Amino acid sequence: MSGQLIIFWIVTLVTVLSAATVVFSKNLIYSAVALLFTLLGVAGLYVFLWADFIAVTQILIYVGGILVLIIFGIMLTHRITSVRLSHSSMQRGIGGAIVLMIFVGLTSMIFRAPWYRVAAVEPQETVRQIGRLLMVDYLLPFEVASVLLLAALMGAALLSRKVN
Amino acid sequence: MVDLNTYLVIGALLFSLGIFGVITRRNGVAVLMGVELILNAANVNFVAFARFGGMDLSGHIFSLFVIILAAAEAAVALAIILNIYNNMGTINIDEADQLKQ
Amino acid sequence: MVNYGIAILLLPLMAFVVQIFIGKRLPRNGDWVSVSAVALTLCLSLAMFGVMLVKYDPEFSVDETWTWFDLGSLQVQIGILIDNVTVVMLLVVSLVSTLVHVYSTAYMEGDLRYSRYFAFLSLFTFSMNGIVLANNLLGIYIFWELVGLSSYLLIGHWFEKDSASDAAKKAFLVNRVGDIGMFIGIMLFFTATGSFLFRDVFAGVESGLLSTEILTVAGLCLFAGAIGKSAQFPLHVWLPDAMEGPTPVSALIHAATMVAAGVYLSFRLFPIFTPTALTVIAYIGGFTAIFAAIIAVTQNDIKKVLAYSTVSQLGYMILAVGVGAYTYGLFHLVTHAAFKAGLFLCSGSVIHAMHYAYHELHDHESDPQDMRNMGGMRDKMKTTFLTMLICTVALSGVPFTSGFLSKDAILAGTLSFTLHHPEHFLLVLFGFGAALLTAFYMFRLIFMTFYGEPVRREVYDNIHESPSAMTAPLVTLATLSFFLFFTLPYFNPFSDHGWFTVLIDSRDSVVPGHLNLTAHEIAEGMHHAHTPAMLLSILIAFSGIGLAVFMYLQKRISADHIAAKLSLPYKLSLNKFFVDETYQRYLINPSLILARMIAFFDWEIYDKYIVNGFGKVTEWFSRVVGIRWDYDILDQQIVDGVGRTTGFFSARLRLIQTGKVQNYLVWVLAGVIMIYVFQAI
Repeated sequence: MSGQLIIFWIVTLVTVLSAATVVFSKNLIYSAVALLFTLLGVAGLYVFLWADFIAVTQILIYVGGILVLIIFGIMLTHRITSVRLSHSSMQRGIGGAIVLMIFVGLTSMIFRAPWYRVAAVEPQETVRQIGRLLMVDYLLPFEVASVLLLAALMGAALLSRKVN
Repeated sequence: MVDLNTYLVIGALLFSLGIFGVITRRNGVAVLMGVELILNAANVNFVAFARFGGMDLSGHIFSLFVIILAAAEAAVALAIILNIYNNMGTINIDEADQLKQ
Repeated sequence: MVNYGIAILLLPLMAFVVQIFIGKRLPRNGDWVSVSAVALTLCLSLAMFGVMLVKYDPEFSVDETWTWFDLGSLQVQIGILIDNVTVVMLLVVSLVSTLVHVYSTAYMEGDLRYSRYFAFLSLFTFSMNGIVLANNLLGIYIFWELVGLSSYLLIGHWFEKDSASDAAKKAFLVNRVGDIGMFIGIMLFFTATGSFLFRDVFAGVESGLLSTEILTVAGLCLFAGAIGKSAQFPLHVWLPDAMEGPTPVSALIHAATMVAAGVYLSFRLFPIFTPTALTVIAYIGGFTAIFAAIIAVTQNDIKKVLAYSTVSQLGYMILAVGVGAYTYGLFHLVTHAAFKAGLFLCSGSVIHAMHYAYHELHDHESDPQDMRNMGGMRDKMKTTFLTMLICTVALSGVPFTSGFLSKDAILAGTLSFTLHHPEHFLLVLFGFGAALLTAFYMFRLIFMTFYGEPVRREVYDNIHESPSAMTAPLVTLATLSFFLFFTLPYFNPFSDHGWFTVLIDSRDSVVPGHLNLTAHEIAEGMHHAHTPAMLLSILIAFSGIGLAVFMYLQKRISADHIAAKLSLPYKLSLNKFFVDETYQRYLINPSLILARMIAFFDWEIYDKYIVNGFGKVTEWFSRVVGIRWDYDILDQQIVDGVGRTTGFFSARLRLIQTGKVQNYLVWVLAGVIMIYVFQAI
């Protein structure tokens, strides 16, 4: 077992366990912190998948942006003074059953499906190619995405504003 | 041996946990976290297909867009949660059951 | 010729349509539409008449047939028959109709329903032409009813008067009695021969499709129509009452044309009448002739006298058909149409003058038609007097008039018939007796109206001659009462030999078995009987006139004295032999009582117990069904049960709708899983 593989399994384990913590933890702050580790783990998986640019983006946006947003959300909606941020769950039984079934279904499908596989070569660098793709083949989605971000920015600002 | 199926199973695990969170969490912010998990599961799948399934850099691009969407979604969703909180004094979405009427 | 016939038929119909719809909006209320349409038919009729005279062919006949409708085995054909009889009849109808139209423009002036009156007059002309032109029984029947309808409408023209509307109804209903018989007769012939066409019916009769007994019955049934329309005893009661209509209508419909339709029908169908049927016809005609004449003697209403005179003269024509001298029946029809229409129009002129005089005096009580209120009017109304005198002379059968020729021929025919069948001597008595009475009562009318001292001087002073639109037709009709127009190209005033007798040929009977006398035998007999009949009729006419002169002009014999002496016959005559009263008592009242009994049964028993009982049972049943079954079981259990069940389940299912998003999501996912499972399976 190579060192690379050991690192891979560690990363995987961190990702899945922290994801479980996000879901099962009774403390909201714990969940948020666990989410941080999940996102980092996923970024690590990206690295193993030769997706360096995506991995960096993941850390930048998710960890630096979204997670901060979420924590802001927690802070703004709960009184700081309250000792324990109530964080209970509901319909665990039926939810668990359904989720279990979904997971079993997905896994069985994964192992039964005849996936199309090619032997890919490791790219030298992906940033240049991604940049070219975004500016040539995916220009329109790129521009639409920028408009979407602008709209989300304005919408969020409008929604969170106090109505007077 | 680490191949496509390993990543897909990891994606499935993340997805299932995300779903579980969405279904069971009372707190709106926690539900949002579940959604983030689901999105990440999808991203893992995209990138895995790019690596093993000949999707190449298009898979990267897709996951890039998903990240962008996740950012937008998080912003808007948090704005909504804030609004609910301002209006109802809680962010427990099971108490926001006006859909019943 | 056929085109002419169709034009003659349709012109008055067009006038009717125009008049009835937009007549009121036309200038002069549109009387010129009707008058010109009828005048056009007169021109066409004259043209046809000219053609007929030029051809001078007794055998001339055009028969055009169309299939009206075709029901497989049943094929109904209608058509137009134009022969010399048709042409003569068309001329008579259109001539009298035109004159009456012209006359009416003055007589009906200022009437409330002026345009309607002309519309109906045109409708009548159309229908009458239709009868004359039809070559089949069905067509005749249709137009027969149409003349009946227009007669009804015109008699009831002044329907504000109860007597007028009653008379119209009476005419219609009495005619119905005859028409039912006629329809049965038509259907008998149709069933036997499968056709309505005259020629097919005749051919069928000739080949013996009907036994003699059936033929007799069928013929008499058809004749029943003629009895009704030609006002023969016992269905004559409607005609005197029909005088409630405007006088020009009486002249056109109830003197000259429509009432002659029965005679025309008998004439057309003469070949299919069996000897028995003809005998019955002869007796009905003869009896009607004398019977109506007796009544006419004592009537005081000027139009009533003329009405009974018409009935009597129609009886003559029917008598002529019955004794086999049926062409002379038609001859009398034609001559009579002229002078009787003239007489009616003259009486209309007198009534018009009287009415006007009363109107001037603001007297609305006195009856302008009562001859006892008249007298001495000859100085005031010279034209009317002269024309009426001529017509009266013609009707009385004085030589040099047309009436003399035709009446003489009928009497000769009757005499000849009696010589062949001595047991029927009564017919001769009827004929000559009626001739005597006719001369008497007509001159009584003349003397009472135009001679003597006026009853009321102030009325007399207000009498004026009628306008020229009224006198011109009078002059025309009076002129046509001279013999010359009927004997051309001969000038012998004592023989009826002329164009008419040449062109209107007698036909042999088609009744199988040679039961009837042939046309030749009849002509032979009449030839022998001609001279004695002529002498006798002249004698009788003059004795009738002389009697009238004695009694009403010179007053040597007091009419009241005779009336007192012959009180029973006088009362019978004055009261029209109580026929109306008899009908009232023995037919109408029992019918009414029966109707009342049926109505009683209907209302009191049927309605109350059966209909209402049925209603009650239904109500009870519906209450049981409605409350016990419908409400308690259906509504409460089944309908509400469905509702309750739905409510029950929905109350359970409602719990799913928690309003919680996550809850919904669980179900969505459950659905996804199920889809996945199904796909996997």
